[in-house]
Amino acid sequence: MTAPQAAAEGRDTFPKLLIANARERGHLPASREKEYGIWQSWSWAEVAGETRAMALGLIALGLEPGQRVAIIGTNRPHLYWSMVAAQMAGAIPVPLYQDSVAEEMAYVLDHAEARFVIAEDQEQVDKVLSVVDRLPNLAQVIYLDPRGLRNYDHTALHALSDVCAEGRAAESRLARELDQRIAAGKGSDVCVMLYTSGTTGKPKGVVLTHDNILITARASAGFDRLTDTDSMLAYLPMAWVGDFIFSMGQAYVTGFCVACPESAETMLSDLKELGPTYFFAPPRIFETLLTTLMIRMEDASPLKRRMFHFFVGVARRVAAARKAHETPSAADRLLYALGELLVYGPLKNNLGLSRVRVGYTAGEAIGPDLFEFYRSIGVNLKQLYGQTEASVFITQHPDDAVELESVGVPTPGVEIRIDEATGEVFYRSPGVFQEYFKSPEATAETKDAEGWVATGDAGFFDQRSGQLRILDRAKDVGRLADGSLFAPKYIENKLKFYPNILEAVVFGDGRPSCMAFVNIDLMAVGNWAERNNIAYSSYQELAAHPRVYEMIERNIEETNRSLADDPMLSGCQITRFLVLHKELDADDGELTRTRKVRRRIIAEKFADLIDALYGGKDSIYTETEVTYEDGRKGKIRATLEIRDVKTFPRAEAARQAA
Amino acid sequence: MSLPPTAEAAADDQTYAVVEEEHGLSPRRVGPVVMDIRNITLRFGGVVAIKDISFDIREGEIRAIIGPNGAGKSSMLNVINGFYHPQEGEIWFRGEKRGSMKPHEIAKQGIARTFQNIALFKGMTTLDNIMTGRLTKMRRNMFWQAVWSGPAEAEEIEHREKVEKIIDFLEIQHIRKTPVGRLPYGLQKRVELGRALAAEPQLLLLDEPMAGMNVEEKEDMSRFILDVNEEFGTTIALIEHDMGVVMDISDRVVVLDYGRKIGDGTPDEVRTNQDVIDAYLGVAHD
Repeated sequence: MTAPQAAAEGRDTFPKLLIANARERGHLPASREKEYGIWQSWSWAEVAGETRAMALGLIALGLEPGQRVAIIGTNRPHLYWSMVAAQMAGAIPVPLYQDSVAEEMAYVLDHAEARFVIAEDQEQVDKVLSVVDRLPNLAQVIYLDPRGLRNYDHTALHALSDVCAEGRAAESRLARELDQRIAAGKGSDVCVMLYTSGTTGKPKGVVLTHDNILITARASAGFDRLTDTDSMLAYLPMAWVGDFIFSMGQAYVTGFCVACPESAETMLSDLKELGPTYFFAPPRIFETLLTTLMIRMEDASPLKRRMFHFFVGVARRVAAARKAHETPSAADRLLYALGELLVYGPLKNNLGLSRVRVGYTAGEAIGPDLFEFYRSIGVNLKQLYGQTEASVFITQHPDDAVELESVGVPTPGVEIRIDEATGEVFYRSPGVFQEYFKSPEATAETKDAEGWVATGDAGFFDQRSGQLRILDRAKDVGRLADGSLFAPKYIENKLKFYPNILEAVVFGDGRPSCMAFVNIDLMAVGNWAERNNIAYSSYQELAAHPRVYEMIERNIEETNRSLADDPMLSGCQITRFLVLHKELDADDGELTRTRKVRRRIIAEKFADLIDALYGGKDSIYTETEVTYEDGRKGKIRATLEIRDVKTFPRAEAARQAA
Repeated sequence: MSLPPTAEAAADDQTYAVVEEEHGLSPRRVGPVVMDIRNITLRFGGVVAIKDISFDIREGEIRAIIGPNGAGKSSMLNVINGFYHPQEGEIWFRGEKRGSMKPHEIAKQGIARTFQNIALFKGMTTLDNIMTGRLTKMRRNMFWQAVWSGPAEAEEIEHREKVEKIIDFLEIQHIRKTPVGRLPYGLQKRVELGRALAAEPQLLLLDEPMAGMNVEEKEDMSRFILDVNEEFGTTIALIEHDMGVVMDISDRVVVLDYGRKIGDGTPDEVRTNQDVIDAYLGVAHD
């Protein structure tokens, strides 16, 4: 459907789409939420009614077209509806990350000039109220969950249920005004403003129109043939563009049902109960699922354990054969069918993946073992490559050509160009954002006059499959002192595929060799420690344990061996490493809210450790400031051991491999 | 300045309002006296655990009982709870003098409690443990519950709904079906609070709700106690060692030492009371 066609049919904005959905599939479920232990559902007709009441209430409170409404909270149907309600009133929703501290929130609320805030609960209201004197534009705060807020000053504070009741009561008075505002909306209007978590510097407000979101959602939903019988679980932050595209864009375009978990902690059991057909998760969720599964398998009876390992082996063989476009042997095909009955089926059911028709992962590189595992047991897991600035979709895997190393073919409507000098990937699509809010310089830096957007990633098209391969951040790709190529993320990802390593940061640009910081995975290493009778009281203590060091050293050695084989990156072998005394944390600014490493900040903060690495010391004493969840600060002191690792010349690696 | 003897003050609502005003108590929240404890003395053989103690608890307030180890705090709670029977003194609950009662009879009156050493059924799930708190509210006899159809089923659904609301309130959905023996200490404490809440108490007794918790768990627990008080209007009497917590969340504090009452009043008054300071920091003997 083209933009003019959508406009003609009254499907060019979210409010109009909602009305259309209520008309065409009013009885089908649109939203679900688990509350009081039971799944509650709302049909499209009910959602349209609720949203309309909310929009009338917002107008009654004085919301004007063009103003911005910040939405802060976890995934809740009411908060999703409130975004459309704001759009109905002509305003622009700005979802915020619910786990950001008051300081970060103050920046975004102020920068977006938010007029209204719709917050989930007391925790969020408290954060907003604590910085309210710095927000001259803020007029009203609305909350969803009244608990603990009863005795607050309600002059500029309202319960969402009251706002809705107010709206219903004002139907006769404000209905015409609302209908006019809905009818006046057009595809080129701003639909949403999403703040990027920002690997560097302050967050930027990405302005996206209804056309951006809806055209991209239509194209990508068509690519995977999503329909209104599909369902998904919305559990990723509402402020993230992906959630907006999946749980709002694609859901409104196709009419499928979006379910919200009971709480963040119950997400995995809710997933199991729900059995969605469309599922997105960053690699770390798939990893958590597999890690918990493996830990439980360790405790299973010997018979079950044997069965599990045997059939997983079968699945691997069958998957490998299929990938090579060969037919697996008859015996393997029979065993695979038996395995589906005895192992894969129950396993997928337990993970909540048995109905998944389309599964996506993105955001970080996914480990080969992990990826192959899910695919081999019959989960259609694919990768996509996207950005906030593109309304997510740039490339995605087609069902019949999924390969780990690449990120797929361009989504319908997307053009891609690779810069010949730098290798940077550029794209142009209907989903390309309008601008960064209030920063024309940043917009001009990213988007050129012809609409081409720089991804900041270096990559190339694989000649064989015609799919895009991404190497690393273009600005992170550097050179070692001897001039050989240095792609830190590539190495870090290799390291992170070891279950013991949660995060790794590799240094080496302009240096004689590569050296690394490592974060151990407390769950995996902790489990190992338990089985080996190693007592520890904290992350710090476990991280400094000599046997943990030995384990990590072995992992790095193996990585070096595989790197030695790579003609491009054999110079990137890690010569020395240390295990950090604290987990890298978004609260300390070391990671982004989406858990990406902020290389520069880490390099500054731990400058003493880097000096010690390259200075050849065996150990280093350090003090680090940490921020607790409630915003207070403290200090961690530690003496860290530094170890050398064996590296391999190319020839030796080849010999050992043989 | 300390409060006038509140038993008398309660008789006169006018005086009461003035006193409240003076002490910055919010008259909106705190109502008349619900429990009046008069001249209680409790002995175990020759040991005097509590000696001639009087204080009261008002509707809707958070009342703390503090004191050094062995001061008689838990004994006092056990007296209120009906577990111990004092040799002397009277307890008036909602304007009626209480005779000798068994703990379960007192539970039916609307007084629920938690314990210093968690007393949950370790092998049962969180849900089932909180369900046991509804026991005093169940009307059907064992026969109907065993058959579990018709009226007993309808009743269980009704109770389950109440319990689910508590689970939601305490944010423990993720451990609904987990046996409590497997839960960490802080969560077990929360489940115990949930069980006490399930009885829909008018007066909730908490015996060291924060013992053995880290700072974050204590903050969570404080929040829950305040929310219970605010949302359900439940009157709360609690024993606690952590002074910071007590001073932050309670409306009035009574201080015991060696079974005697040495202070009573708002946190600020108690903090500046010389006897209290001496009891906690020790006093020079010269």
